[in-house]
Amino acid sequence: MLAANNLRSPLGRARGLGSAKEGLHHWWAQRLTALALVPLAVWFVAGIVHLATGGEPYEAFMAWIANPCNATLMILFLGVAFHHAQLGMQVVYEDYISCQSWRTAAIVLTKFAAYGFAALGIVSTLICCFGG
Amino acid sequence: MVNAAKPTSRPLSPHLQVYRLPLAAVLSITHRITGMGLSLGLLLLTWWLTSAAYGPDTYDMALGYIASPLGMLVLLGFSVALFFHLCNGIRHLFWDAGRNFEISQTKRGNIYVIIGTIVLTAAAWLLALA
Ligand code: HEM
Repeated sequence: MLAANNLRSPLGRARGLGSAKEGLHHWWAQRLTALALVPLAVWFVAGIVHLATGGEPYEAFMAWIANPCNATLMILFLGVAFHHAQLGMQVVYEDYISCQSWRTAAIVLTKFAAYGFAALGIVSTLICCFGG
Repeated sequence: MVNAAKPTSRPLSPHLQVYRLPLAAVLSITHRITGMGLSLGLLLLTWWLTSAAYGPDTYDMALGYIASPLGMLVLLGFSVALFFHLCNGIRHLFWDAGRNFEISQTKRGNIYVIIGTIVLTAAAWLLALA
């Protein structure tokens, strides 16, 4: 791989692997979600601490999640964290899975799972708010 | 010809069995490991929210698992991973902005990340159990 690359002209290399293609968007999305997760993670921990200290578990949770701000932040946390996790796992697969087809399969499966579980978490949050 | 008696002064690549990983390298791989652990943790978060959506009985059952010794251990692991990844992630964002690349800054950053992880984890658990 390296040896073959060394025999290529710079232009040939750029045509093969060189341009950023989807890479810049992926990189930027990973940083943007990371930045958004800083306040969201702090809110999330504060929420868990609040729930651990307050009253009857189920009633305390339903009262907490029914608060519009908490519900909104939970939905944002789920969406942003699952997106960030899925982007991050893609990089891990790209580093360690050398077989193209297994790598693609792992990435696609992870994306589907991430968006599926994010949807389940968001729908569950809404059901708790609006009384299922 | 090769002079066998002459000591080798050329640089040697790290010897795999005697190589001590620098702290920065340990923290770097830990960022990746915690990222993967947190990704699995998100599945548990979804399971917890879904159990509440199903009603009080399933929620109490879920809390039973969470309050068990194994559940508490998982929660402790999740909290340590989250605080480490949060602290080190902020450091990553500074690097991405082109800052703090000096070795002295990296060494200081290592310490900040480790202390931050310990302090935040201790604070969260003390507040939660108080
Ligand atoms: C539940 C929350 C989170 C999950 C599931 C998660 C997951 C991940 C994963 C799987 C990676 C890829 C690791 C790698 O490529 O080595 C990653 C990378 C990253 N995470 Fe997170 N993360 C979370 C929260 C955060 C937070 C709060 C921050 C705060 C700044 C953050 C910042 C970053 C950064 C900057 C990277 C890129 C690191 C690199 O370029 O190597 N993450 N995350």
